[in-house]
Amino acid sequence: MVNYKNRKTRQKITSLILTLILAIGGIAVLLPILWMLSTSLKDQGAVFIIPPKWIPNPIRWDNYSKALEFMNAKVVYKNTVLITFISILGTLISSSLVAFAFARLRAPGKEILFLLVLSTIMLPQQVVLIPQFIMFKLIGWIDTFYPLTLPFFFATTPFLIFLLRQFFMTIPIEMDEAARLDGCSYFQVYYKIILPLSKPAIGIVAIQSFMSNWNEFIRPLIFINSAAKYTVSVALANFSAEYGMTPWNLLMAASLVALLPCIALFFFAQRYFIQGIVVTGLKG
Amino acid sequence: MNRERRLRRKKAIEGYLFASPWILGFFIFTAGPMIASLFLSFCRYDVLTTLEWIGLRNYKEIFNSDLFWKALYNTLYWVVIGVPLRQLMALILALLNNQQIRGKPLFRTIFYIPSVVSGVALAMLWVWLFEPSVGLINTLLRFLGVNNPPLWLGSEEWSKPALIIMSLWGVGQGMVIYLAGLQDIPQQLYEAAEIDGAGIWHKFWKITIPLLTPSIFFNFIMGVIGSFQVFTQAYVMTRGGPLYSTYFYVLYIYDEGFQYMHMGYASALAWILFLIILFFTLLQLKSSGRWVVYERL
Repeated sequence: MVNYKNRKTRQKITSLILTLILAIGGIAVLLPILWMLSTSLKDQGAVFIIPPKWIPNPIRWDNYSKALEFMNAKVVYKNTVLITFISILGTLISSSLVAFAFARLRAPGKEILFLLVLSTIMLPQQVVLIPQFIMFKLIGWIDTFYPLTLPFFFATTPFLIFLLRQFFMTIPIEMDEAARLDGCSYFQVYYKIILPLSKPAIGIVAIQSFMSNWNEFIRPLIFINSAAKYTVSVALANFSAEYGMTPWNLLMAASLVALLPCIALFFFAQRYFIQGIVVTGLKG
Repeated sequence: MNRERRLRRKKAIEGYLFASPWILGFFIFTAGPMIASLFLSFCRYDVLTTLEWIGLRNYKEIFNSDLFWKALYNTLYWVVIGVPLRQLMALILALLNNQQIRGKPLFRTIFYIPSVVSGVALAMLWVWLFEPSVGLINTLLRFLGVNNPPLWLGSEEWSKPALIIMSLWGVGQGMVIYLAGLQDIPQQLYEAAEIDGAGIWHKFWKITIPLLTPSIFFNFIMGVIGSFQVFTQAYVMTRGGPLYSTYFYVLYIYDEGFQYMHMGYASALAWILFLIILFFTLLQLKSSGRWVVYERL
């Protein structure tokens, strides 16, 4: 009995220590974001006071409007939302069709093609970026949104094809067969059975596609020249250069706004984020 | 018989039709450009003037260039030190989060948050955190009694470690993968081991780690591929400096290709990178037979 009690207290102490470690780690993780928020609300002069203060005084809410105005946010955000939205649409349509083919249809060479899909995951995009640039230049698409959106209609994110195909495979094939007997075409099976049953997977793909397009940097950097077509990433990267110095309070305000959609999305759809990683991570 | 064959052919055509977005995309945006860049790597081409075949000269020039070796060294440093450190960090966090403690979901969420912030905005935040005189990191270090904290991004010696420290902040994604792996391990295994008198340490090395190897393997493969392509941080935070200490390989490709328009030279650089990544990936795949445990008990 004494031994049992001892063990219980020991367990309690261990779990207390673990909680403490996690709490310290958690604070360390959150500090940078709080620091960002604090800086974004400071007066220009207050940014460089030593030692730094966490609570700004006075609180400069107008930093946000100043920063957004300076980076021409109306235009830049409109561009980014448009590009992101079209890219997600293209990705969803094309990768679900392709994933359906790999999950359900029979055609010679299917296995080899699927292996090819998987192997392109490993391909560094720099190898294809230069010829793509030349190609887009020759057809006059540099400084347009086409290079940033059009490729997504051709299922150019192999990872997402893989993810969807894995999910489609878990749907019982009897569902298809029953529908086929009722006279459905393959397209109807895809559209009326597989897609409605795959909402979680579609959600994961939409989220992953949102995150990567929203944050994409090297492609808009290369394919876009004029400031009126900048995306948020490119405008942020040019912020200090255009300003002539680094206005940390304004830059942090602008950066925080740029991160906000991703953070908000995470809080609304946390389950999808975690599931997406687990599905892609473990079935690999 | 004839009817069956016709049906099979119809099925095959439909299959290719559904896969056609990818098939077309593969030729237009992947295979075609790959062949083109291989060809370009043997040429001199600056987009404005005509193309000139120069054989292996680009490759010779590359191997004689100090900048190439510098960029390669920096990138290997980033991969070889950064990837294992991130895995270790992710694993430790996953193990901590897998214990019987209160508030687990909250901690998991907190540790995951950094993974959803990325790109240029994240880079900007870290430039500010690393600011030597009033940045948060040096302020904390001074508070802890470090009198001369490093200049971080301003120092040749500390710039790469600084970028690695920054990357450690975002290991939440790896943590989640390990956490899922940990939760897949059947509890009976631990119970059986306990009956046999195994201690914590023994259980960790003989059960947890072996059964986690598929996740470790996956994280390493993806981590290495991604890390070789590091670009945004270096471009935004340091522009490769100071003294080329963060001049990573893709930054070199970007400068040659899109700043100086040396398309041939940059293509050769890109192909070398591709072969390096291929080599490291195959190396890991080959070694996996020796250490990855696929048996689910």
